[in-house]
Amino acid sequence: MNAFKNLSRQAAPALRQASKIALPAQPHILRPATTLAAGTPKISKGPTKYGGVYTVTLIPGDGVGVEITDSVKEIFEALNVPVEWEQFDVSGETHGSEALFKEAMESLRRNKVGLKGILFTPIDTGSHNSWNVAMRQQLDIYASLVICKTLPGYPTRHKDVDFAIIRENTEGEYSGLEHSSYPGVVESLKVSTRAKAERISRFAFDFALKNGRKKVTCVHKANIMKMGDGLFLNTFRKVAEEYKSSGIESNDMIVDNTSMQLVSRPQQFDVMVMPNLYGNIVSNIGAALVGGPGTVPGCNIGREYALYEPGCRHVAKDIMGTNAANPAAMILSATMMLRHLGLDTQANQIAESVYKVILDGKVRTADMGGKSKTHEFTQAVLANL
Amino acid sequence: MRPAIQISKRGLAMPVTSPPTSTFNKEKGSDGNYTVTLIPGDGIGPEVSHAVKEIYRAANVPIKWEEVSVAPLIKNGKQVIPDESIVSIKKNTVALKGPLATPIGKGHVSLNLTLRRTFNLFANVRPCKSLEGYKTPYDNVDTVLIRENTEGEYSGIEHEVVDGVVQSIKLITYEASERVARYAFHHAKQNGRTRVTAVHKAPIMKMSDGMFLHACRQVAKEYPEIAYDEDLLDRACLRIVQDPAPYSDRVMVMPNLYGDILSDMCAGLIGGLGLTPSGNIGKDASIFEAVHGSAPDIAGQDKANPTALLLSSIMMLRHMSLFDKASQIESAIFKTIAAGERTGDLGGKLGTKAFTEKIISRL
Repeated sequence: MNAFKNLSRQAAPALRQASKIALPAQPHILRPATTLAAGTPKISKGPTKYGGVYTVTLIPGDGVGVEITDSVKEIFEALNVPVEWEQFDVSGETHGSEALFKEAMESLRRNKVGLKGILFTPIDTGSHNSWNVAMRQQLDIYASLVICKTLPGYPTRHKDVDFAIIRENTEGEYSGLEHSSYPGVVESLKVSTRAKAERISRFAFDFALKNGRKKVTCVHKANIMKMGDGLFLNTFRKVAEEYKSSGIESNDMIVDNTSMQLVSRPQQFDVMVMPNLYGNIVSNIGAALVGGPGTVPGCNIGREYALYEPGCRHVAKDIMGTNAANPAAMILSATMMLRHLGLDTQANQIAESVYKVILDGKVRTADMGGKSKTHEFTQAVLANL
Repeated sequence: MRPAIQISKRGLAMPVTSPPTSTFNKEKGSDGNYTVTLIPGDGIGPEVSHAVKEIYRAANVPIKWEEVSVAPLIKNGKQVIPDESIVSIKKNTVALKGPLATPIGKGHVSLNLTLRRTFNLFANVRPCKSLEGYKTPYDNVDTVLIRENTEGEYSGIEHEVVDGVVQSIKLITYEASERVARYAFHHAKQNGRTRVTAVHKAPIMKMSDGMFLHACRQVAKEYPEIAYDEDLLDRACLRIVQDPAPYSDRVMVMPNLYGDILSDMCAGLIGGLGLTPSGNIGKDASIFEAVHGSAPDIAGQDKANPTALLLSSIMMLRHMSLFDKASQIESAIFKTIAAGERTGDLGGKLGTKAFTEKIISRL
């Protein structure tokens, strides 16, 4: 109960501030075409500003990371966006990157805002734990936000898909706590806490409220994991009570049914909130419904830090270095970041241009059925600015 | 150690990889038929079971049914299934089960769980195949997914450490992983699939999913003719929903929770649980069943669609190595549905009996 009170007290000023800035820009009848990131809490004053320039930590990551972050850098430069990068070429594959990873984390702590690609995580036991997960846990960027929305000009199997996936990012199956109690027997701990379930549920309802969304669905497996997911579901229900008067509907759905509903009737979903692992599954199904991992942006938000990365966290080693990757997801994630920094003009300009290129359909990378290269897509975005 | 060379029943010496303990090994009875336990089930169960029996009789399938009920009894204050049904299933090692009504109320252990425990049903096989004539946004779905069914995230071991902090334990053992992996390779080989893909999240759960992968890799060595690869859970979800077609050459094998989610996702691709068959493979017996509910609202009205139970029975025939009969009946079902002769749930006008007649006419 104490934790509960503390949470709401801390959250209040942040929310007030957010609504002060975010609301006038959000006509609540029609969501803008670039709903991406709309309504994530904004900070009124830049985190690190020298002469009006923001410093942002950039971690291109493994796989196609370098190529797609190059796109972002090129576009930002052409548009003279007041962002200065602090780049760290950390790689999860090479040894000796630990020191660099530490440096990157320090930079993130200083700058409070970052843009990143995905870091590779080796499978073998004894190798380092996922740095992607380490970042989220250490910076406590607890809410992952991914928006799956049908792209105008790129028809897929399902029409009018438009939902937001909000995923708890710091606990659950990703606790990293495993042990072998007897040879051939392994226990892996999934940790669920009320405090974290509460703040993610609250984030989901706040997001719905600020973005004019109507329904929040809790995804769980409480019929089997009665205590762990039961705690998540019950906490969600309690939080839902507090938002009743605002007219936001709430319901819940078991994760296996959710995945079935997603591929048959995805239009029924609006805002979805869930524990860590289910978020991993649902965001990939969601991305597949609208245009693939190359088009879906995302971010990780905490109380102090915000880290932007593509919504589907794939390293894509198979097309690495071939200049074939679709940079749209990374560019759109970067525009979410610009909005977070209060640079709405540039954000809208870039996002509109990306959507226009997709709508025109002339320049498309291989994942969208085209033949264009990464740099050609970047050029097309620049030409449409 | 299992022998590397076995003498098959036909008397031919051939190198075989050790078959899983679940392999069907019953002989035909004196009348030339295999005996199979039939649990008609509740609601629409008797009607759809009757359809299966009619079609099997018409196709001359060498099967004699032994009908039993698994309606739960209370014995010493505990919920149990009748002894005669346990004896029958243990004796025949194969059963076909219609939908069962779920008893509502607290304290009931689900019948499925009881059956799973009684017969050590360790693998759940879920094939999903697009039905021509029943349009969904996806064509060419033909996936087979095998799910470990006894442990993992569903171990049921949970506790509250302090108020508001819960630990749920995912339990992975080498023994169970190896057993389900072995069955996956066996199933691939038996059903003409050339690849087994293990689906995992080992970068995050290095020890538990790591051990699952280790078991799969060990078993893969025994099946050199079947290709083996691994795929991340998130990538598999993404790829299947983007384009399910490339998954038609393989069998996917995975721990409990992933299998639960992915098998329902695949069912969603072909139009939901109403058309998906399922098989539960166990050490002591294997039970094939439809995944859908007992639909008491339309029971006895000749409206039920027997397709899911029929397709489950076809999995059963293949499990019993009755491949010719399986293909014969399967193609008759697919042709009937493709010709637009369907039951009401698929937008057709036929009743259960008329639909059954149409299938029989195409055998």
